[in-house]
Amino acid sequence: MQWEAVIGLEIHAQLSTKSKIFSGASTAFGAEPNTQACAVDLALPGTLPVFNEEALRNAVKFGLAIDAEIGRTSVFDRKNYFYPDLPKGYQTSQLFHPIVGIGHVDITQDDGTTKRVGVTRAHLEEDAGKSLHDEFPGMTGIDLNRAGTPLLEIVSEPDIRSAKEAVAYARNIHSLVTSLGICDGNMAEGSFRCDCNVSIRPKGQEEFGTRTETKNINSFRFIERAIIGEIERQIDVIEDGGRIVQETRLYDANKNETRSMRSKEEANDYRYFPCPDLLPIVIDEEYIEAVRATLPELPDARKARFIEQHGLSSYDAMVLSADRNLAEYFETVATACTDAKLSANWVMGELSKLLNQNDTAITDSPVSADQLGGLLVRIKDDTISGKIAKQVFEVMWSDGGSADEIIDAKGLKQVTDTGAIEGIVDDVIANADKQVAQYQAAEPDKRGKMLGFFMGQVMKASGGKANPGAVTSILKQKLDALCD
Amino acid sequence: MFDKTLAELASGLENGDFSSVELTQAYLDRIHAEDSKYNSYITVTDEIALSQAKAADEARAAGTAGPFTGLPIAQKDIFCTDGVRTSCASKMLDNFIAPYNATVVDKFNTAGAVMLGKTNMDEFAMGSSNESSFYGPSRNPWNTDCVPGGSSGGSAAAVAARLAPAATGTDTGGSIRQPAALCGITGLKPTYGRVSRFGMIAFASSLDQGGPMARTAEDAALMLNVMAGFDPRDSTSMQQAVPDFTADLALPLKGLTIGLPKEYFPDDLSPAIALQVQNAVKEYEALGATVKEVSLPNTALAIPAYYIIAPAEASSNLSRFDGVRYGYRCDEPVNLEDLYKRSRGEGFGPEVQRRIMVGTYALSEGFYDAYYKKAQQIRRLIKQDFVNVLNEVDVIMGPTTPHPAFKLGEKSSDPIAMYMEDIFTIALNLAGLPGMSVPCGQTDGLPVGLQIIGNYFAEQKLLNVAHQFQLATDWHKQTPDGI
Repeated sequence: MQWEAVIGLEIHAQLSTKSKIFSGASTAFGAEPNTQACAVDLALPGTLPVFNEEALRNAVKFGLAIDAEIGRTSVFDRKNYFYPDLPKGYQTSQLFHPIVGIGHVDITQDDGTTKRVGVTRAHLEEDAGKSLHDEFPGMTGIDLNRAGTPLLEIVSEPDIRSAKEAVAYARNIHSLVTSLGICDGNMAEGSFRCDCNVSIRPKGQEEFGTRTETKNINSFRFIERAIIGEIERQIDVIEDGGRIVQETRLYDANKNETRSMRSKEEANDYRYFPCPDLLPIVIDEEYIEAVRATLPELPDARKARFIEQHGLSSYDAMVLSADRNLAEYFETVATACTDAKLSANWVMGELSKLLNQNDTAITDSPVSADQLGGLLVRIKDDTISGKIAKQVFEVMWSDGGSADEIIDAKGLKQVTDTGAIEGIVDDVIANADKQVAQYQAAEPDKRGKMLGFFMGQVMKASGGKANPGAVTSILKQKLDALCD
Repeated sequence: MFDKTLAELASGLENGDFSSVELTQAYLDRIHAEDSKYNSYITVTDEIALSQAKAADEARAAGTAGPFTGLPIAQKDIFCTDGVRTSCASKMLDNFIAPYNATVVDKFNTAGAVMLGKTNMDEFAMGSSNESSFYGPSRNPWNTDCVPGGSSGGSAAAVAARLAPAATGTDTGGSIRQPAALCGITGLKPTYGRVSRFGMIAFASSLDQGGPMARTAEDAALMLNVMAGFDPRDSTSMQQAVPDFTADLALPLKGLTIGLPKEYFPDDLSPAIALQVQNAVKEYEALGATVKEVSLPNTALAIPAYYIIAPAEASSNLSRFDGVRYGYRCDEPVNLEDLYKRSRGEGFGPEVQRRIMVGTYALSEGFYDAYYKKAQQIRRLIKQDFVNVLNEVDVIMGPTTPHPAFKLGEKSSDPIAMYMEDIFTIALNLAGLPGMSVPCGQTDGLPVGLQIIGNYFAEQKLLNVAHQFQLATDWHKQTPDGI
C-alpha cells in the first residue's frame, strides 16, 4: 500500500517583548528561579492581568507578513487545567477570536518549485512556568520565571505532506519571525518550538487518518526525525492490523523515537471561556497601517533582491536571506569587499562551518562582518591567496585582529614578485626529473592536469605565499619550454 | 461619638473636638468590648489603626489634612492589605498575607483614613447570610438570632452596631445592598468599572464591584470619593471622570421620575416589605417626584443566568488556590492529585465547593452553549430591559430584598431559597448598573431596604435621591436596641 502523510504544525514563537504579556516582570532568559515572577505571575489573589501592547504589535506584524486577516476584535479566553507550573489554574489564550486569521507562506521544495502552506490562525497566549524534577529528588521544583512570557502560537493547515516540507515550513516561519524582529528564534532556549500533528492515509484517499500530536520539538533536525519516525510507526501499526490512537506523544531525541504521553481519553476538558479580567482587543485600519509601515524587508523580498542586486544564485540567495542577521552580515561583507559572490561563498562556507562547529549564533560570531570584509579585500587585491585567507580567518576567529594585522604579524603576504617565483619554480623542476619526464611524455591536452603536482611543490616551498596565478603561468611556460 | 456620621466626625476632627487617635481608640475599645456579640470583624488592626491615626493628627497639625484624614473605617476581608492577613473568610487563606494593597486600600491610605480592621463575610463572598464564613457567622445587630445578610455581612453588622462609622463592601449579586438592607444601613454598589478590582479577591470578575457601606448617603458619597477612579492595574476599570459625589446631594427632587417595575412587587413579596417600599415611594412623591409603572420582563431569568455565570467565573478564578504556592495545603500529600484534592477539599467550605462544581459543569465540553452561552444571551436581554426603562425614568425603585433578615440556619440547608433572597439585586450586577439600598422602614423590629437603581455612572444622581429621602425621613437614624 502506498501511504501519504498529512502533517500540520503548531509553532510556539516566544515574542521578544521586554516584559511579560500580562505583567511588568522581565522576560529575560536564564535568571535564578523565581526571580522574574511578580505577584501577577504567581497568581496571588486579587491580582489582575494588564495586556502588554507590544505583544499585540508583534502579532499584527506577523499577520501582515503572512498576508493574513487581522482580527479587528480579538478576545482572550481562559484554558482551564491544573498543573503546578500553571499558577492561575488556567492559561490565558485566544480560542474563539484569535488576533491573526487565515494566511499563508510559500515554501521552496527540493526541486526548486514552491508550495503554498496555509496558516489557519495565530493567537497570543501566555507561557507556563517550568517544573524541575531532577534537582529535587522525590519532589518537584517550580520555576515561574517563564510563566506569562508572551507566545504567538502559529497553527498551519494540514497542507504538509513530508518531513522535509515540514522542516521547510518551520524554517520559513522561523525566518519570518526573526526577520520581523518579534522572536529571537533561539530554539535551544525554547524561544521557538514546534508541535507536529501527523496522520497517514492511503495515497489518493481524501479522508484524514487519526492523528497524533508530538509536542515541544526544539530543533529542525528533531522535527524531521520525529515526523519520519512517527510516519513509520503509524504505517507499522496499521499494516500490522492495528489502529492509531489519537494521543499526545513526546519525541525522545536520545532514542530518536516518539512515545505516548497521554491519550485523548485522559485529555483535559479545558472549559474555555472568555477571560472576564481582560477587555476584547479592538484595533482599526489606522493601527494596522501604522504597524505595516514599520515592517522590515521580509525574507522573500530580500531573496529576490539578492538575486537581482547581487547576482546570487537562487540557492545562495535563499540561504542568505532566510535569517535577518545572516542577511545583514552578508550584506556588510559584500559592501566592504565589493564582491557579492565571494562574500556569499565565505559566509556560507568558512564562516557557517565554524559557527556550526562551535554552536555559535551569527550574532555572536567572534569574526565581525567588517573583519571578514577586510579579509576578502586582501584576496581581491592579491595580497593573499584564498588558501592563506583561510589561515588568516582561523586566527581571526580564535585570537581576533584585522586581516592586515594578522597578515603582517604572520608574514603571510603573498609573493607576486616574478623573479622570486621563477627561482622557486626552477628549483622544483630541477628536483622532479620523474614528473618532468611524465609531463613531457603526455599528450599536450592532458598536460594541464599534471600541473597540480608542481603547483603543490611550489606553494609548499613558498609557504603558501606565492601568488597561484603567477605560479601557474610561470610553471606552464617553463615546463612547456622543456617539451619543445 | 459612635452616633456620629463620617461627615460629622470629619467636622469634629476639623474643629479639634477630638483627635483621630482619640476617635480611633474609642472605636477599638468598643470593638473589643462588643464585637463578641456580632463577630463582625475577622481581624482588628489596633496597631496599624493607631499609627495611621497618629499620622492623621500630625497631618492635620501640619495643615495637610484632606477631607478623609483621620476617619476610621473597616475593610471587608476580601481587600488585600499589605502585611495584614487577607482571609476572604476561608480556611484556604487563613494563613495568607498579601505583599501588596488592593487599590481601594491604597486609596484610603493615601486619603489619610484609619483602618480599624478586616470584616467578616461569606467565604469568598459566596453567600447571602454570612453563614459560610470560616470564622463563624456574623450576627445582625437588630436581632442576633438573625443573619446580617451577605456576603458583606460583617461590614453591615459593624456599621449597624456602631463598631465602625463606615466600611467597604463588595457586591457580586447583592452583597453590599442586601446586608445593608438587612442591617438598616446605606450601601452603594457602583457601576461596574467605577471602583478598581485590583487586590480585591475575585469571586466573579465580570460582576464583582467594590463600594461603600455607611450610615447615610452623604457618608457613602464621601467614601466613594476616595474609592472611585480608573486604575491601570485593572483593565476593566473605566476611564471615567470622577466627580465630587457630594456635589449634587442637595439638589431638589422636583421633576424626578421614578419607575416601579411590576416584577419587583410579586404576589409572594412580604406584605410588610411591600408596604414600607410603597410608603417610601409616597415620600418621594411628596418631594416632587412622579411615579410610573414600568416592566423589566426578564427579571425572572436573572437568578438562573447569574447562577451559571457567577459560578463559571468562580470555578476558574478559584483554581489558583491549589495548595502549591500559598494558602492551605493538606498534610502529607502522596502525589499531585492528592495534593489538589485534599487541599481544595479541606480548604474550601461546602458553598464554595458547590459553586465550583456548578461552574465547572456549566463550562464543560458539550454544555457550554446550553449554559454559559445562553446565560450570556440572557444577560444581554436583562441589560436591554434596564436600558429601555432608564430611557423613560430617572431611577428605578423597589425592595432590596423579598424578606427582612432571617434566622441563622433557616435557609442554610436550602441553597435555592438562599439564592432567591438575591432576586431583586442580582439583575443589576448582570447589567453592570449602579444601585443603592437605603433604610425605608421596619417590620417586626427588623429594617427594610429600598433599592434605588440608576443609569450607568449615575452614582451622583442615586446619592442625591437617597440623601433627599434621608433629609425627609429618619429610618437611617434608627439604632438597634442596646446600641
